[in-house]
Amino acid sequence: MQWETVIGLEVHVQLATRSKIFSGASTAFGAEPNTQACAVDLGLPGVLPVLNEAAVAMAVKFGLAIHAEIPEVSVFDRKNYFYPDLPKGYQTSQMYQPIVGAGIVEITLEDGTTKPIRVHHAHLEEDAGKSLHEDFHGMTGVDLNRAGTPLLEIVSEPDMRSAKEAAAYLKAIHSIVTYLGISDGNMAEGSMRCDVNVSVRPQGQEAFGTRAEIKNVNSFRFVERAIAFEVERQIELLEDGGKVVQETRLFDPERDETRSMRTKEEANDYRYFPCPDLLPVVLDQAYIDHLRDNLPELPAEKRARFENELGLSAYDASVLSATREMADYFDEVKDVCGDAKQAANWVQGELSGALNREGLSIKDSPVSARQLGELLVRVIDDTINGKAAKQVFQALWNGQGASADDIIEAQGLKQVTDSGAIEAMIDQVIADSPAQVAQYRDAEPDKRGKMIGYFVGQVMKASRGTANPQQVNALLKEKLDA
Amino acid sequence: MALEHADVQRAAHLARLGLTDNEAARYVDDLGRILEMVDLLQGLDTEGVAPLAHPLDVTQRLRADEVTESDQRARFQRCAPAVENGLYLVPRVVE
Amino acid sequence: MHDKTLAELTRSLEAGEFSSRELTQHLLGRIDRLDGKLNSFITVTYDQALAAAEAADKARAAGEAGPLTGLPLALKDIFCTQGVKTTAGSRMLDNFISPYDATIVEKLEAAGTVSLGKTNMDEFAMGSSNENSHYGAVKNPWDLDAVPGGSSGGSAAAVASGLVPAAIGTDTGGSIRQPAAFCGITGLKPTYGRVSRYGMIAYASSLDQAGPMARSAEDCALLLGAMAGHDLRDSTCVARGVPDYTEELDTPLAGLKIGLPREYFGDGLDPQVEAAIREAIKVFESLGASVREVSLPHTHYAIPAYYVIAPAEASSNLSRFDGVRFGHRCDNPADLIDLYKRSRAEGFGDEVKRRILIGTHTLSEGFFDAYYKKAQQVRRLIRQDFLDAFEEVDVLMGPASPTPAFDLGAKKDPVSMYLQDIYTIAINLAGIPGMSVPAGFAGSRPIGLQILGSHFTEARLLNVAHQFQQATDWHRQRPAFAEENA
Repeated sequence: MQWETVIGLEVHVQLATRSKIFSGASTAFGAEPNTQACAVDLGLPGVLPVLNEAAVAMAVKFGLAIHAEIPEVSVFDRKNYFYPDLPKGYQTSQMYQPIVGAGIVEITLEDGTTKPIRVHHAHLEEDAGKSLHEDFHGMTGVDLNRAGTPLLEIVSEPDMRSAKEAAAYLKAIHSIVTYLGISDGNMAEGSMRCDVNVSVRPQGQEAFGTRAEIKNVNSFRFVERAIAFEVERQIELLEDGGKVVQETRLFDPERDETRSMRTKEEANDYRYFPCPDLLPVVLDQAYIDHLRDNLPELPAEKRARFENELGLSAYDASVLSATREMADYFDEVKDVCGDAKQAANWVQGELSGALNREGLSIKDSPVSARQLGELLVRVIDDTINGKAAKQVFQALWNGQGASADDIIEAQGLKQVTDSGAIEAMIDQVIADSPAQVAQYRDAEPDKRGKMIGYFVGQVMKASRGTANPQQVNALLKEKLDA
Repeated sequence: MALEHADVQRAAHLARLGLTDNEAARYVDDLGRILEMVDLLQGLDTEGVAPLAHPLDVTQRLRADEVTESDQRARFQRCAPAVENGLYLVPRVVE
Repeated sequence: MHDKTLAELTRSLEAGEFSSRELTQHLLGRIDRLDGKLNSFITVTYDQALAAAEAADKARAAGEAGPLTGLPLALKDIFCTQGVKTTAGSRMLDNFISPYDATIVEKLEAAGTVSLGKTNMDEFAMGSSNENSHYGAVKNPWDLDAVPGGSSGGSAAAVASGLVPAAIGTDTGGSIRQPAAFCGITGLKPTYGRVSRYGMIAYASSLDQAGPMARSAEDCALLLGAMAGHDLRDSTCVARGVPDYTEELDTPLAGLKIGLPREYFGDGLDPQVEAAIREAIKVFESLGASVREVSLPHTHYAIPAYYVIAPAEASSNLSRFDGVRFGHRCDNPADLIDLYKRSRAEGFGDEVKRRILIGTHTLSEGFFDAYYKKAQQVRRLIRQDFLDAFEEVDVLMGPASPTPAFDLGAKKDPVSMYLQDIYTIAINLAGIPGMSVPAGFAGSRPIGLQILGSHFTEARLLNVAHQFQQATDWHRQRPAFAEENA
């Protein structure tokens, strides 16, 4: 039988606020345990929450970026359950009236086609703390620094049909939140976490199959692997005449499998009800308009501009708009040098190659966008040739000079275009290579094209790479064919 | 709506309240009578009435995103039953 | 000096008749001698009180005294006080030394008041008799066989017996007004949102409100002025200016329109209580007020709605008491579930468990709409009853409680205890302010007149109560208990 995979994602994005969603404690990552858990985060008797404006603004910006409806009123509810990393015994979340309504995220597949994925809603909630399972005399240690960090939970419709689509969706969300600057998107530090709902159904069947929810899928790669495993598991189960159970499963990246998290506990009953300590959040149109007016250019818009206004290929446009850092870098290089295609080639070629070799991200590039742009100016105005340009780039990368011009000057890389100087070098090469000259002149005219390479190489060597290769070529031909 | 023994046991488990069978039996009786009193509500027609969560028609005020709290771990953990290396200790949680 | 009102004490302090330190020492002595019989305090903060009194005397000497400087008071043990045991009347918090101060504790301290300690209460403010305290029942100073009312019973008994001139209570369904009525003192529950709830251990968040309990309306006005006001740490506390509540006290009542809710004078009202309330109404008529009957048609749905909403909120609010970060923790838990279940079973008393169970049940799947949502709809109807009534009249009046204080141990059945709050509970659901003012006696036991106003009309209520107290002397009566042992 042919099976179709159906996938929906719940993406939890930690918002990049300075303080927590309901308290004035810091959200900085990596502090000593419980040093950033204030009275409110600890749920001490008598404490109360007050909502962080920045968290609201970030959620609304996300909503606007996915063209979602922003309801006038949203409400916080309590989700009640006991767990050591949940200090109050409830998580403050939004069950019935979320801050962001239905929207659309467009994903780009590997073949360059796009597909819209519907977002059901996105809501604000507080993060939990962390349980540390190292051995404290058989006890678990609880660190509540993370408790109260604002999360935006983005819930998709079950619109994805393959692991690749799910990964593309996750990348699109990552790209939107980092473009908006509402999250650092650092999956390794847990700034973006993902629960995946997976089911399969016979091709052509309308009704969804029973789904499993996979928790703890915290990298782009794991999303694909977890789904691949889970789909195979479900198909095998069904083809053997079994049934998929609706359950929560945990992805284990080390064994590359998902396994049931079902404990002896009965199904949870979270007893959601409106949080009486928080009032309805009412957003007026002026506030929403102000946020809309100040939205940065988003990935889809950037891609379109790169393609349509700058004339880049669809592939280049999509690569260069993938992250905000990449796009901003490219934009600056292009603005400095004035040539989008040169900028695109260099950012994707020389720069990306060097970054990949050293495992650096573009924001840590030793060569700034301005430096690269200035280098390209010298390529475009023929001050240096392509070979020298690569040398200059390497020197900039190694910190051997503050600007391309300094390095060109210091290393004498300026292209020689003075035909007198080039002629002198050619004459010297011809005089030094009588055998090769004789061979050349004896050859049939159609073989000579290849043979001239030797002389070009010698002249370039003599000029230490600075002679203009086109000029060298033309003058050599003239002299040898004479 | 009648209350069963199982309802009380279920609520006690959800609320993480340990109850002996005797206590549970007593609460079935107490809670049953309270719910009987509460059931008076069912006789009132509330069709179309919006639920009221807060007595005042006011909306949420927003706080500026500023870090106002400093590390007070030592003070806060003085009232904690079990801590080590700054962590609160609980019996081993099995994932 | 233990007999005086705050206003009188301020005049004495100003005149140098005695110092705040002398006053404080005198009252601490009385607490030592008398409170063994009453049990109105859980913790007496001798050293802090004397230090605060000395600081107040210095401030006065330096000409920096405000209207409350050097005045002793007591705090219900539901307010977090830094460095002081704060128990909410529960074994759960018997070992809890609060690491921070409630907003109103800060405010009252800043106003120069001298806290003598923390008063007894029904556990987590759940009760109407103060018999639900882990620290034992409180006695009513007017009759040691009677309850003082609850849940702010310790505060009421301490004020009535001259241990302290005023105390702060909280009121979720009548917990200031009913004990004030039972102990013959004046108590005010402000409009929901008038006073910050930050640092007040939550029972039912959408109903809880702190307020003053004292010997006169004037004293309540002084205290409310210091307690009220916007707090950035409480989202439900409204940003609204705080008037000088003493300013309107002397406004004559001519033209005041009083409504008597028909439903507050029906079945179950003790005839002596009714007679006293009707007498009080006559006093108002003599002061130029007009009286008419009004209706609050949903009155009888208030208790059922309350016993859905309050326990639901409480079941969630009390989940933080899990034996992990503070509070009681059972010995040698076998595993996490055992830690939770035993810590909570040992830490909470019977009534608290009852309400946690009710709240958990009514919020659980399949019951939410029938109970919680329904109760919230009814809550809107109840609030509307009041809003409609205040279109016609300025204030509503009636009894604070259907009976005077009942005997200790008299109400074993929880439902019959709940029904005691028939006249007070709707006020919390509607969020309006209410007062209880002494208005007579049934035998030795006091009777309280309840005065209600629309949202944020505390100044008007205090004015009405003050005028009544200018015309009567019920509020000046003191129990023999206080006098004999003086």
